[in-house]
Amino acid sequence: MSWIDIGHIDDIPLRGARVVKTPVGCIALFRTAKDEVFAASDTCPHKGGPLSEGIVHGQSVTCPLHNWVFDLNSGQAQGADEGQIATYPVQLDGERILLDSTSLGQRSAA
Amino acid sequence: MKQKLVVIGAGMASGRVLEHLTDAAPDAFDITLFNAEPRGNYNRIMLSPVLAGDQTYEEIVTHDDTWYAERGIACRFGEKVVKIDRDLKVVEGEYGHVPYDKLIFGTGSNPFMIPMPGHDLDGVIAYRDLEDTEQMMGMGAGNKVVVIGGGLLGLEAAAGMAARGADVTVVHIMGHLMERQLDPAAGYLLKKSLEEKGITVLLNAKSTEIAGKDGKARALLLEDGTELPCDLLVMAVGIRPNTALAQETGLAVGRGIHVDDQMITSDADIYAVGECVEHQGEVFGLVAPLYDQAKVLAQTLLGEDAAFKQRSLSTKLKVTGCDLFSAGDFAEGETREDIVFRDPARGVYKRLVLEGDTLVGAVMYGDTGDSNWFFGLIRDGEDVSEMRETLIFGPAYQGGGSADPLSAVAALPPEAEICGCNGVCKSDITTAIEGGATDLGAIRATTKASASCGTCTGLVEQLLQVTLGDDFQMSTAQPICGCCDLTHEDVRRLIKSQELKSQEAVWQELGWKTLNGCHVCRPAVNYYLLADWPVEYQDDPQSRFVNERKHANIQKDGTFSVVPRMWGGITNPAELRAIADAAEKYDVPTVKVTGGQRIDLLGVKGSDLPYIWSDLNKAGLVSGHAYSKGLRTVKTCVGTDHCRFGTQDSTGLGVKLEKILWGSWTPHKLKLAVSGCPRNCAEATCKDIGVVCVDSGFQISIGGAAGMDVKETELLVQVPTEDEAIEVVMAVTQAYREGGKYLDRLYKWMAKVGLDWIKETVVDDLENRRALVERFELSQSIYRKDPWAEQAKEAPRFAPMADLTLEAAE
Repeated sequence: MSWIDIGHIDDIPLRGARVVKTPVGCIALFRTAKDEVFAASDTCPHKGGPLSEGIVHGQSVTCPLHNWVFDLNSGQAQGADEGQIATYPVQLDGERILLDSTSLGQRSAA
Repeated sequence: MKQKLVVIGAGMASGRVLEHLTDAAPDAFDITLFNAEPRGNYNRIMLSPVLAGDQTYEEIVTHDDTWYAERGIACRFGEKVVKIDRDLKVVEGEYGHVPYDKLIFGTGSNPFMIPMPGHDLDGVIAYRDLEDTEQMMGMGAGNKVVVIGGGLLGLEAAAGMAARGADVTVVHIMGHLMERQLDPAAGYLLKKSLEEKGITVLLNAKSTEIAGKDGKARALLLEDGTELPCDLLVMAVGIRPNTALAQETGLAVGRGIHVDDQMITSDADIYAVGECVEHQGEVFGLVAPLYDQAKVLAQTLLGEDAAFKQRSLSTKLKVTGCDLFSAGDFAEGETREDIVFRDPARGVYKRLVLEGDTLVGAVMYGDTGDSNWFFGLIRDGEDVSEMRETLIFGPAYQGGGSADPLSAVAALPPEAEICGCNGVCKSDITTAIEGGATDLGAIRATTKASASCGTCTGLVEQLLQVTLGDDFQMSTAQPICGCCDLTHEDVRRLIKSQELKSQEAVWQELGWKTLNGCHVCRPAVNYYLLADWPVEYQDDPQSRFVNERKHANIQKDGTFSVVPRMWGGITNPAELRAIADAAEKYDVPTVKVTGGQRIDLLGVKGSDLPYIWSDLNKAGLVSGHAYSKGLRTVKTCVGTDHCRFGTQDSTGLGVKLEKILWGSWTPHKLKLAVSGCPRNCAEATCKDIGVVCVDSGFQISIGGAAGMDVKETELLVQVPTEDEAIEVVMAVTQAYREGGKYLDRLYKWMAKVGLDWIKETVVDDLENRRALVERFELSQSIYRKDPWAEQAKEAPRFAPMADLTLEAAE
């Protein structure tokens, strides 16, 4: 893995999200009430809603368009809805957010 | 021959090493002990009881002069180590050299001082040693103290000084207290009980500067402009391993001094122990692992096999009256499940975190009696699957109980308390049932059980079911969502009656079963709180649907629409030019005239929003709130200005109403219209509130809609003057704001309370009418403002956090 620094945890509102543009498309970084950070596709598989605009509760996010709920750990849609969003390795180094560039289709800087 | 052992630092960890060594092998080493403080080892953890006056310094001394003398330890207290020569193996003190065979670093940690302006003034201290404690002990009645830092140490300092009568304020930068040990729910309870002790707690508060006078700290200034006067300022924001000497000596140092499992540093003859070390990336601040390290180091020195292993930790707060416990790891995770128990009447919160069949973490507040049992389960990784159903009730409930809640209720003794608020026991309720009270309402009326906070409603219903069997019909009232057992109406009522002023308070006091709600209840609770406590509660954007958070309507392709306000539908060439310019500049694909008499710019990119708002702001245009559960538009016709039929100035009244009502939040959207005559060109009779002007005054009618349901308004009242019309509209709006269920349009609220009730209380009861207007004005003093102007300042928030596609292309 090759970790790249994306920003400070406070760049994301508490119980909120921000978008990162990557070669594999827009990825949403979610920050939970307890300062955990998750990375997942920003695009809802249902009608393409921007998940980064959804309400973050517990370790889930609700799509702003039609209220599909996704578990941010597995990317799995919850309840009656069936679907899956891609999740990406992310880690916190102190208060810095690191994303794995190799999983984002980026060649590691040689 | 005896080996020469030199120890730098007489703290709790190195003290424990010396105990182990001199007990196991009294003659193995010639020991010299350096300490910069002019005293030996004392129990630093117990400084808080000393501060609070529960103990004296003498009582917390661990090693006194006799102890050192008996063990032949040469003490060099009050002497700093200047340098270490690793080639010659010599420690150079201020007053002379000491050669060593083995050397231990026990240099501990330094308090972290935030390098803000004024941090070096007199009267700014840390909370670390006896000197600090003595300064704090000088604070009593009439003294003002500010403590920066809402962690373990800061709160103990605050409580200690408050107990001595000082006026204490705690300033904490995070959203809840002790965020590393507690979750927000327990943090809320802790804050509440500290406030009951007279301590002021400020959360999300950022300190910017310490103001001084004659070289002495005078006040702490916060980012929001608050000034907190103080006689003493205590900074308790954390500690940093003290590694300066180790670094100069050339040892491997990261955050702390690097050690392996045997506590050996990068130099085979030099060891480190305590708060100064870094082991496998971790540094340590609590005493338990430090004692483990001390034991391992003593064994290593004696040539025995030993390895230091990190293990789970528990924390208790040493503040009288705050029963608090946290242990293990309570972060949420994919494979983890929570068991949450709340008893609002007793102020109890318990949360267990399970991973598979084992308990991995626990947070408790208010009742920590079983904490050691839970800590044992965490530490030993015991399989808890057998007792999972009743685990949270503690060891007393283990051993073959049934998991069926009905049989659990049936098995309760007659004197078991069911309703904590009103002190109603099981037999009171069963007697009432036998006496003919066969539904929840009747039980509430006869016994008061579940009539106050309502969290025992489930228990009372189970009792009814057990006693009546099939004769009992479960109530059909729908809770807000799966997070709680209460209806919208109950939650609204309890927020007012219990004066709940934060989301954490609602979740705790009303027995929420999830950590922080869900997308269904969060927006509702956020609305209820801001409507009922406009001054005390701060709106939480993260509990709002995207449109209200972004102040724009999200479209199906993820772009947004932007609708500037046109007061009463009136505009002018300058505004139109600004809108046209913005539409061109931001490539707006669709420009549409809305049904609310204004212009909609559709297809704006999310990242452009703050810039287009800023441009529109410059032309004097503000948000039209076309996205809000709040006031949308006041549609008007031209009235007496131009129309030959007009009876009153309908445009003028519409503009006035919109200027008064804009920015207010309501349970659902609120649309108004003012027509200048009964021909009703502004279609006022299908609006939430409509005004139709007639020769003799103003007819105000309410409860219209033209959406999924089409409703005609019903006449509320006719008033003779414009001023009275405005007053009635404000009063009815406020009554709807205070009473409506979230996402009920005004006509649905009207159907529930009845038009007659609204006439009586809002229109005819003049005193109540004025009180409603006053409360509306109070709320508007906060919410009548342009959100675009505020959001435009936060422009970076609207852009992607990072763009990795650019990097890839390079």
